[in-house]
Formats: sequence, C-alpha cells, structure tokens
Amino acid sequence: MTTVSQATAATREALGPTLVRLAQGGLDIVVVDGDLGVSTTARVFGKAYPDRFFTLGPAEQNMIGVAAGLAAAGKIAFASSFAVFISGRCFDQIRVSVAQPGLNVKLVASHAGISVGDDGISAHAIEDVALMSTLVGFHVIVPADVVEAAQAVEAAARTPGPFYIRCGRPKVPIIYDESYRFQLGKAHLLRPGRDVTVIATGIMVKRALEAVAALEAEGIDCRLLNMATVRPLDQEAILSAARETGAIVTAEEHLVHCGLGSMVAQTLASEHPVPMGFVGMKDRYAESGRWDVLLEKYGLTAEAIVAEARRLLERKAKGP
Amino acid sequence: MPSVSASSVLPAFGGLDSKGRGSRLLAGTDSLREIEAATRRIRRHIITMLAAAGSGHPGGSLSAVEILSALYFRILRHNPQDPFWPDRDRFILSKGHGAPALYAVLAECGYLPVEELTTLRKVGSRLQGHPKAGSPPGVEMSAGSLGQGLSYAIGQTLAARLDSRDYRVYCLLGDGELDEGQVWEAAMAAAHYSLDNLTAIVDRNRIQNDDFCEKVMRTDPLPDKWQAFGWHAQEVDGHDLSQVIEALEKAREVRGQPSVVIAHTVKGKGVSFMENNPEWHGKAPTPEQAELALAELAGED
Repeated sequence: MTTVSQATAATREALGPTLVRLAQGGLDIVVVDGDLGVSTTARVFGKAYPDRFFTLGPAEQNMIGVAAGLAAAGKIAFASSFAVFISGRCFDQIRVSVAQPGLNVKLVASHAGISVGDDGISAHAIEDVALMSTLVGFHVIVPADVVEAAQAVEAAARTPGPFYIRCGRPKVPIIYDESYRFQLGKAHLLRPGRDVTVIATGIMVKRALEAVAALEAEGIDCRLLNMATVRPLDQEAILSAARETGAIVTAEEHLVHCGLGSMVAQTLASEHPVPMGFVGMKDRYAESGRWDVLLEKYGLTAEAIVAEARRLLERKAKGP
Repeated sequence: MPSVSASSVLPAFGGLDSKGRGSRLLAGTDSLREIEAATRRIRRHIITMLAAAGSGHPGGSLSAVEILSALYFRILRHNPQDPFWPDRDRFILSKGHGAPALYAVLAECGYLPVEELTTLRKVGSRLQGHPKAGSPPGVEMSAGSLGQGLSYAIGQTLAARLDSRDYRVYCLLGDGELDEGQVWEAAMAAAHYSLDNLTAIVDRNRIQNDDFCEKVMRTDPLPDKWQAFGWHAQEVDGHDLSQVIEALEKAREVRGQPSVVIAHTVKGKGVSFMENNPEWHGKAPTPEQAELALAELAGED
C-alpha cells in the first residue's frame, strides 16, 4: 500500500483532475474560483467544464457566499483558493453561510502551512486547521500525498455536508500507491508498534515514516498513524494507541496549539491520559525562505519526532 | 424535475396567475386594497412579536413591510404548501435583523400559523432572532451577519441558469448593510455574469445601528454606485405598493444585467414615536409602548 517510489507531486495537483473525473462520472459539480485557479489546479476543471466554473476574482468572501447559494440550489459546490484566504478572510462567511445551514460546500485550500516558503508569513496558513475544526459539522482533511488528496476530494464530493481539505504547494514524495483506500474519519495505520505512537498529518507523515525507521534502527517499536481526517477524529485509533503504547507524539505543519495535537490531547485527557509530545510550529510565525529549509529551521523534521519519542520513552521508563 | 403547473399544485389558492405568481390575497378585483390591509396586520404582528420577545429590531422590520408584501402577495412565484418547490422564486433576506417582518409575511401567506409568531426568539421556537434556513420552511437563507445575502443569491441565480430553470432570485439589503465590502464584491460579480434573473432591493431607510447613515458612513449617491457596477437601477417610494410592484415588474423585463430597486423608506414606519428615530433600530417596545403602537396601527383589515 505504501510505495518506495521516488516520484513527487503536490497535494494540490489532485483537485482539478479529480473533479473532472467525478463530473465525467455524472456528479453535479460546480467550482467557484478566487483568481488562483492555476495554482490550485481548479482551472483544469474550468477548461473541461467552462459553464460550471465561475471566476470571481480575489473576492473570497463573495466566493464563499456564491458557493453556498449554489449548494442551496442542489449543486456540489467546490470553492478553492489559498488556505490563508479561505480560513482566515472568510471565517464568518463560512460559519454563517455554510456551517450553520450545513450546506454541501467543499472548500479545497492549497498553499497551507509554512511549506509555501518564499512568499512569507502572510501566505503561511498555520492556523487554518484550528479555525476550520471549530466549525460544527465540518469535515477537515489533511492529506499526506497526492494519492490521498485525490481520494479525499472524491470522498468530499460523495459525502453530503461541508468539508475543508488542506493541500500544499511543494512537490513532495508520494507515499501511497494506487491500492490505497482512504477512509473518511479513519486513521491509516502505516506501521504497527508497541512502544510509542506517532500520529501525523499532511507532509509530516513522510517525516514520521523517516522517524519511525530511525527509531526502529535503535530497537524502538513505534506505531505510526496517518490521521488524515482531523475532524471528526478517529477516537478509537487514538485511544487504542494510548492503551497499547502508552505514549503519543503528534506531528503537524501547523501551530501546536489548537491543531491536531491539541485535539488528540483532549481525547486522551477525557478517556485515557498518557504522556504526549507535540511537533509543529511553536507559537511563532516563520519567515520567507526555501520551504525545505524552513521546515528544518522551525523544527518540522523527522529528528524532532525522534527526539520527542525518545523523551516520552524515558518518561515512561521512570514511571508516573 | 417535471414542470409543475400552478393550477395543479395550488387548488387552494385563488389568485394565482398562469405562472403561479401571487397568493390567496389576490382573489377578487380590489387586490391592492387587500395587500394594504395585510400590511397593517403585518405591522401589528411585528409589534406584538417584538413586545413578546422583549428584544429585536422594530425599525428595519417596519420599513420593509410594503417591500415584502409586494414581493410575497404579487411578485414572487411561490407556494406556501410546497415551500421547496424547485421552480419557486427565491427571496433572500440579507438584512437578517428584519426577520420579524419576514416571519409575519410568511405567516400571512400561510407558511406558519399566525399564533406561532409570538414564539419569536424563545427557546424551542422555529423563529430564530435572525433567520435560519428552513426554519420554518419558506426561510431561504441563514443570515444575521450583514453583507452575505447577495452572494448567496448569485449562487442560486447561477444554479437556475445551469439547470435551465426560469425562477428569479430577489435579495433585500439594508442601506447600512451596504457598508459591507462583500456587497460590492457581489455587485461586481452579478453584473459580470449578466444575471438578469436577479433583483436586489435596498431598504433605504437612512438609519443604521448607531445613527443616521449619513453620519456613520455616507452611501449616496446610491443609484450611481449601482449603475457604475453595471446594474439597472430604479428608485421608488418604498411605502407605495403600486410603485414597488411596478418597479419589480419592470426589473423582470430588464435583459443582460441585474436590477436594483432602491426603495426609499421610513425607519419605524407606521408608529409615530419610532419613525425616523435611530433609537428604534434594535430595541423592543415595552408592553405600554406596544399598546400605543398597536392603537396607531389599528384600522380596517
């Protein structure tokens, strides 16, 4: 199911081609676009279905409302732009026009996280998972690679209700092969293990795979879960990991407060508390720079996951 | 969907034209007088509802009564017995604080019992402080955060075009609401897509939450602004039913561009101590004030 392929692709590349395929299959899809359709790949759909593709300019608040109106009239309405604009600029429009009536609007945000790189901190969405996860009834998905992203887009199209799918800008290694089946709301077990669990999302899944391999070389048996669906969280997988491994490290390309780690911690705190470690952005903004250099500088690395896992194992060894 | 003939689905409604427009109030020959009588009942409902709720927005509800009455009793193609009819015209209340007026008109049309109106804003009621889509059926859109309705209306209008349906979409905005930038994003988009099945109506009562619009944020000249954005613009006396109806009928005939009707109104219309007074934007009448108001609004139904 996972592959050793050297191929790379950006998760955002899944959007346009997947929508074309779904529309060819008869789904009543429309797309609204905020003047970033080349970057988000939404224009691939626009080229195939020009009458179902509406350019609205960089006027994202209106774009969300138009998507809501299309959904209210029965359409499967996709809206795409950069993650900062969708989650930040349009929060109120999403809350009142989409979440509260529970409309069938699918927000596909690209250029999330600090891996946007050079464009700098105004373009680095490191709060979007937190914002979108506060919305009642929303599905929030952070795919690990382009294969998973394509399946997430399809799941969103086929599942009624509002979705937020978080995609990235850079080409990153493809983790899954075509036999992979994304299951909405279910963590994917990438490696079983008994000593400690790593729960990762998005581009941190690849780094977690490297971390788990490094830990294995030290004789540490590390479980790895790809938690692509952040909302609703797979409580069962989290609690099993806590009971069976006794320590959990989360890894996300997002602020560590109010993101995946915080939501996992809340699940554990109410049912089965275990020591946790959090890898992600630590209450600061990044800066302009090459994306892979930024990830190193701000601690979004396999080494950081390994260090947290070791720390938790030492703590476990000492006992409560 | 199969095409629906008004006569086959609306046996109980006498005054419908061949396209299903109108409602039971239009039976008979003197319909304008009947609509006028309905406006008096609607104003009394608004006062009664707000007094029972102890909070809410009387000024902008009272100013919109003739606009809503013209729409629901003459212009809109709708059927209170089939609120989700796919070919219905859509009415979007973007100025969500005018919800009491919408609920009162919907009750007069038969979407909900008149007795339910006094549950406004109470726990368990379908009548939320600001509109919630589908609650009750007939309420098209969740609103309450200003500036969002016109965008939603555009989405429904584009869907009509895609589905080759001939329904029209109407959206009522407040004049203070025009301060919201999203309205102008939407105005640009509606003209860009030449949405001639979309009509916006501005309830131009010249008062917003804190004060007179002119003091808070100047919005004049309104027709020029809409025209510059590519809209067909008309101005009417928003309390003159004939003028409002005529303008909305004319808007239906405009081709190639969206239409706006700027309806000049009086905030708090019909209640002397509320009229043109910014204090009555968002304050409910006390029981004593409600009694005075109802006395002023008494008249032949």
